Amino acid sequence: MAKKPLLEFTDKGIYCAQGKFYIDPWKPVDDAVITHAHADHAYWGHQHYLAHHLSREVLLYRLGPINLQTVEYGETVMKNGVEISLFPAGHVIGSAQIRLEYKGEVWVVSGDYKTEDDGISTPFEPVRCHHFISECTFGMPVYQWKPQVQIFDDINNWWRTNLHNGVATVLVGYSLGKAQRILQNLDLFNGKVYTHGVIENTNEALRRNGVLLNPTERITADTPKEEVRKGIILAPPSSVGTPWMRKFGPYSFGYCSGWMAIRGAKRRRAADRGFVLSDHADWDGLISAIDATGCESVYLTHGYTATFTRYLNEIGFNAREVHTLYGGEEEDKATPQSSPGENEPIDNSQTNEVKVLSFGEDLGEAEALGGEI
Amino acid sequence: MKAFAQLFLSLDETNKTNEKVKVLKDYFINVPDTDKMHMLALFTGRKPKRIINSTQIRTWAVEASNIPPWLFEESYHVVGDLAETMALLMPRNENSSNKTLTEWIAELNTLGDKTEEERKLWLLDSWAMLDGQERFVFNKLLTGSFRVGVSQNLVIKALADISNLDAATLTHRIMGNWVPETYRYEQLIQEQGAADDISRPYPFFLAYPIQETSEKQKSAEEIQGALGDAGQWQAEWKWDGIRAQLIKREGKIFIWSRGEDLATEKFPELHPFLNALPDGTVLDGEILSFQNGLPMPFNVLQTRIGRKNLSKKILEESPVAVIAYDCLEFKGEDIRTKTQSERREILERLQADTPYPETFRLSALINFITWDELAEIRGQSRAMIAEGIMLKRKSATYQVGRRRGDWWKWKIDPLSVDAVMIYAQKGHGRRADLYTDYTFAVWDGDKLVPFAKAYSGLTDAEINKVDYFIKRNTLDKFGPVRTVKPELVFEIGFEGINKSTRHKSGIALRFPRILRWRHDKPKEEADTLDSLRALLGE
Repeated sequence: MAKKPLLEFTDKGIYCAQGKFYIDPWKPVDDAVITHAHADHAYWGHQHYLAHHLSREVLLYRLGPINLQTVEYGETVMKNGVEISLFPAGHVIGSAQIRLEYKGEVWVVSGDYKTEDDGISTPFEPVRCHHFISECTFGMPVYQWKPQVQIFDDINNWWRTNLHNGVATVLVGYSLGKAQRILQNLDLFNGKVYTHGVIENTNEALRRNGVLLNPTERITADTPKEEVRKGIILAPPSSVGTPWMRKFGPYSFGYCSGWMAIRGAKRRRAADRGFVLSDHADWDGLISAIDATGCESVYLTHGYTATFTRYLNEIGFNAREVHTLYGGEEEDKATPQSSPGENEPIDNSQTNEVKVLSFGEDLGEAEALGGEI
Repeated sequence: MKAFAQLFLSLDETNKTNEKVKVLKDYFINVPDTDKMHMLALFTGRKPKRIINSTQIRTWAVEASNIPPWLFEESYHVVGDLAETMALLMPRNENSSNKTLTEWIAELNTLGDKTEEERKLWLLDSWAMLDGQERFVFNKLLTGSFRVGVSQNLVIKALADISNLDAATLTHRIMGNWVPETYRYEQLIQEQGAADDISRPYPFFLAYPIQETSEKQKSAEEIQGALGDAGQWQAEWKWDGIRAQLIKREGKIFIWSRGEDLATEKFPELHPFLNALPDGTVLDGEILSFQNGLPMPFNVLQTRIGRKNLSKKILEESPVAVIAYDCLEFKGEDIRTKTQSERREILERLQADTPYPETFRLSALINFITWDELAEIRGQSRAMIAEGIMLKRKSATYQVGRRRGDWWKWKIDPLSVDAVMIYAQKGHGRRADLYTDYTFAVWDGDKLVPFAKAYSGLTDAEINKVDYFIKRNTLDKFGPVRTVKPELVFEIGFEGINKSTRHKSGIALRFPRILRWRHDKPKEEADTLDSLRALLGE
C-alpha cells in the first residue's frame, strides 16, 4: 500500500493526519495552524489556533477571544512527531508559510505570498521542501508587477495633483496589509492620513502588537470635511460607493489592486485611478518562488490553477491542481458576498459565526474583486 | 506616438466628462495637424487599413512574448482585448519612440508592398522600440479595433472648443468617407464648408425612446403630459430595416447606412429611382425587403447584407425598397432647419414625381386625433411588420444625433420566453474575465434546445452572481465555451422571431436580450420549443 501523504486536502481544509491539525481550515476543527489573519484563511470556531506573533492582535480583534498560541519565524512546535515551523510569506504583516517535517519529509504550505519586499511585512523567504502547496492568484503571464517604488511615486503624484485641484483623495485597499503598506509609503509632506474605522481598528491592533506605523487619524462624524480634503483618506473596498465615501465629494478615487493591471477590470470598478499594487506574487514571482523551493511536486490552490498547472508541467515541474481548496481556479474573485459597498454593517446572516469584522470586508485581494461599484 | 499613448492613458484615468474633454483638447493643441486628423479618424470609427493580418500579428506576438501559443490564447480570454494582451505579455523595456502618430501610420501603410519576412522584422523592431503603453496603442492601430470609451460627441466638443466652430457643423464635416491622409485639418475647420465632398452625408437625427417596461406602460395621459397635444405631432410606423441616407448630387448617387458605411453597391434596385431624382437631393429613410408590396421581416434583409456578391437569386428573394420619411437637402440646399411638416411636403412632392414608386415609397402618416387612439393603433405594429410608432413634432427641425424633445420612438413590448442558460463564454472589454455571454435553451420534450445567445440585460451585481455560479457549475469546457449545469432561468426578450434553417432550434430571434433573472422559476418551468413556434404566427 502506498504511504499516506503527510498532508491531504479535505472538505474542511488542508489536513495533517499524523499531527491531527489543519492548516487554514474553513470549517471548525480542534487544531488549526493559521498562515495569516485574512478572513479566508483565519475562520472563527476552532478550538486551538497557532499563528505568528504579529498576527496575534489582529486575530483577536477579528475573531474575538480564541485559544491562540503564537510563535516566532523559525521557532518549532511539535505535534505528534510532526515538526511545525513558520517562515515569512511577505504577504501581510505576520503572514507565514507553514513548514512541516516528519521523518525527513518536508512540506510547505505557502498561504498567500509575494516575493517583493514591501518594507513592512517580513520579506518572503524561500524554504526548501519536497512538497509545496502554493497559491496562484495571479498565475497568468499578463500579471507582471512594477517595483512598488514606481507605484508609490504615481500615488504620491496623484495625491499632489488632487491637492492642487482642491479635491479630496480617497485611496482604497484592503484593511489588513494593503492599507498599512500604503500608509508607510505615502509622502507625508503632502498632508495627513485619515482612515476609515475598519482600517484604523486594524492599525490599532497592529500597534498593540508593537508594529510601528505612521500616524493616522480616524475619521469620525466630527472630522471636518475641509480638513480631510487637505490629506488623504484610506478606505476599505466595502466603503466604495457608500454614503460614507460620497460625503467627501468632490474627490478622486484610486484603487490599489493587482487586478488593476487589466483595463477591463479597472473600468469595471469605475475608479478614477487604478494602481497596480498587489500583496500576491506576480507570474514571475510565483515561478521563481516555486523554483526556489526545489520541490518534487507543487500543488496549486486558489487562482488560475488550471492554466498555471499546465504551464508548470510544460516547463518541467511536477504540478497538480487542487480543486477542493478555496473554491479553486479563478473563481475566487467572484465571491458574491464580498461586494464592496454592498454591506457596510456587519452581516453574518449566512453563518452562525461571531465576528468582530463584517464578513466579506477583507477576504484578501483574491476574493474581494468580484464586487461591483 | 508618445502623445497618443498619453492620450489613451489620460482618458483611462478619469471617468469625468469634463476632464475627458480637457484631455482631448490638450491633445489637439499639442500635436501636429496631421496627427489631429489621424486621431479623429481613429476615434470616429475609421479603422486603419489592416495590412498585416491578425493571425500573423498573433503568431509574431507569441514569439516576442516567449510563451506557448495556448497560454497566449488563455491570456487573451482573461484580458479580453487582443492589443492589450500582446502589450502585457511582451518583455518590458524602457524604450520610447519619438515618431508621431502620422509617421507610424505612414510606415504601416508602406508594408503593403513588403514581403512577409520584412513585415515581421518591422513589427518586431517596432515592438522593441516602444514602452508598454505605446505598445498598447500601437497594437490597437495594428488590430484596428478602436473602442476607447470616448464618444464621438466628446471628441467633437473638444474640437469645437479649440476651433470655434459649432458642434453640429463639425459633426457634419466629419461624416462620410474621408481619409486622414488627404483630408486636412484646415479644410475641416475653415469658416465655410466650400470644398465639401459631394458624397458627404448629414449626421443622422435619432429618436429618443419613450421609456416603459413590460409591467408599466405609459398611459395616454402620461404621453399627453410629456408631449402635449396630439395635434402637434405626426406619427409613422417604426420600420425595422436599415436606416439610410440616399444622396443624389452632381449626377452621382450615394447610399449611406447609419454606421457611416457607403453601401451604394449593396442596393442596385434603388439606383434607378435615385438616378431619376433631381440633383441636390438627400433623403432619409429605411431600406427594407419587400414582397408583393409588403415589407418582409428583417431577417430576410439580413441574409443579403453580409454578402460580397449579390447573386440573382438573392436579388429575387429579397428585393429592397426605401421607405422614405425625410428630406434633408432639396435643390442643393440644406433644408434641415425647415420644419418637419415643410420637409414632409417636399418629400411627398419628390415621391409623387418618381417613375419608380415601387422602390421609392413614402412612410405613411398615421391618422389619429387623440393619444388614446394612437395607443390603440400601436397595438397593430407587429401585423404591420413594424417595431412600434415614431412620433415627430411637426415644428421640429432635423437635428444632429440622439436628442430628447422632438423625435420619439414608442416601441411595442418585446416578445418573451423563459429559458434556461446552458452555455457561457467570457466577455470582452470591461467584462473581460467574467462570464457574460450566455446561450439559452428551451425544452423540446425532455431535451434542452439552444435557441438564442444574449449578452446584455443583467446588472453588474447580477453578472457577478451568474459568473460565480458558472465557475462552480461547469460540466464541460470546449475552448472558451463552458457547458453549464442547467439551472438558472431567465426571461429572454426579443423583437421578432423567424424560421431559420441555420439554427438547431429552427428559429432565429431578432435582438434577443435578457429581460430579467427568474429566481422564482425552476428550470422545469421554462418555456418549450412549441411555445416559441407558436410565436411564429403560423
